[in-house]
Amino acid sequence: MPRAIPAKLVEDTARELMARAAIDIPPDYREGVRRARDREQNKLARFVLTEMDKNWDIATVDRRPMCADTGLPRYYVRAGNEAVIEGGFVTLERALRRATADATASIPLRPNRVHPLTRVDHNNNVGIHAPEVTFAFEPDADWIDVTTVHKGGLFGSDYRMLFPADGIGGLKRFVVDTLVEHGKRGLACQPAIVGIGIGGAKDTCMRLGKEAACLRVVGSHNPDPEIAKLEDELTALGNYIGIGAMGFAGTSMVVATHIEVAFAHTGGMPVGIHQFCLSSRRATARIHPDGRVEFRTDPQWFTDYYRREGIE
Amino acid sequence: MRLADVEMKEVRLTTPVSDADIARLELGDVVYLDGILYTAREGVYRKVVDEGCGLPPGVRERTNVNFHCSPAASVKPDGSHAVEAVTATASFRFGKSFTKWFEQSGAKVIVGKAGLTETAYREYFVPHGAVYLTTVGYGLGATYGRSIKRVVDVHWLRELGIAQAMWVLEVERLGPFLVEGDREGRSLFALANREIDLRLDEVYRGLPRYAMSRFGEATSRKDELV
Repeated sequence: MPRAIPAKLVEDTARELMARAAIDIPPDYREGVRRARDREQNKLARFVLTEMDKNWDIATVDRRPMCADTGLPRYYVRAGNEAVIEGGFVTLERALRRATADATASIPLRPNRVHPLTRVDHNNNVGIHAPEVTFAFEPDADWIDVTTVHKGGLFGSDYRMLFPADGIGGLKRFVVDTLVEHGKRGLACQPAIVGIGIGGAKDTCMRLGKEAACLRVVGSHNPDPEIAKLEDELTALGNYIGIGAMGFAGTSMVVATHIEVAFAHTGGMPVGIHQFCLSSRRATARIHPDGRVEFRTDPQWFTDYYRREGIE
Repeated sequence: MRLADVEMKEVRLTTPVSDADIARLELGDVVYLDGILYTAREGVYRKVVDEGCGLPPGVRERTNVNFHCSPAASVKPDGSHAVEAVTATASFRFGKSFTKWFEQSGAKVIVGKAGLTETAYREYFVPHGAVYLTTVGYGLGATYGRSIKRVVDVHWLRELGIAQAMWVLEVERLGPFLVEGDREGRSLFALANREIDLRLDEVYRGLPRYAMSRFGEATSRKDELV
């Protein structure tokens, strides 16, 4: 029987991840925003991006959240096929809920989570289906990767059922529609990492688009060269629209475009678009059974196994 | 006026903000605030506008600045409060409440996210001599949080929860904000949108119509959506 990963270690690590995500901007995104600022000709949009850059330093130095809308905290867990959690996966889920509640008070995070109808707030970001925990697996491993993402919740995402006849042109049209709709007045808190999920069922494309936005680092590409080319094309198209940071006329709309695909119904091409904002908050840790914990800012979520196409 | 003509003058305002100071603000001015302000969003608007509760005693006398936000805050075991970061929430959703809100609150300066349309400013803000400042970014939570010197008071905390309660805050050089809606009802974002719209036809050239459209889609891509 392999050694079990202690439940307390999972909880302590998750609490630390919550703080790192809320406070420290990932360096890949920050570099992307700096490049966008250096290209930006509009003085208002440039001013915005320069102030954001200073804000990230203040957050890190003061250990305070970079943005007070600390989004909807959630987790992505990848478990190695050989990983064993002390107390099992229900214990792990409980540890993540406790870490969420504790971190909400100790960092503090804004208690954003409310009942959708009664608006009752437990003041701890925990409730029905909150925080979401998404699981995936990896062969030949005995560790677990825990990633937390704090994504803003209101603007920047959309879903549309496109059809094979719409093709790449229709996809581009939908991307531009979404960017213009949420880019004006800066509602999307751009420049963003645009994540696009194409295919699968309706929920699959929404899930993949969100994961593409939140769980891939700026500078990464889809391993399919045609899709990688489309990613760069859509980034260029997004910055050609003429909308910059905060909705001022400019070129700083998109830091990167990430596309992930899933096999779809033969009659459809569902598309989900998400924008990870100026507070692109994510943090990951790998927890080993011997008690080692390795923190990192690249979730490494899209493994070859995760994107597998064949039967095995 | 074009976006390029915006001067971005730096202005420092003390609360309560005087009519003379308000009248001097120009679109795109970079504003910093000193003094006292309070947070108020859906919960507080419901209390004040829908239930007619009025502002809690003393608030109206101390400040005329309403921040559309809720802080990343917590109540410590000893009952004191920690406010580490503040970031605005989108203001267009309060549109219909503003006339009553201004009457009830005496607010003259609204700080928030994304502003309102020029129509809304003319209808709701101009008759009350009020202006709109937009936060920058959005997401200068840490920058703004550092400027909070003290939590003066919290109202309706138990009833509305941390996120929706009214937090009365003492601030020092809180900013930068940008003047988005001026005393004449002009909007900085409307200025930006007019320039963006000039390009849109070219951007859309070559992009196909959808095989199937969606019910209720905007009839013009230049329509204001907020």
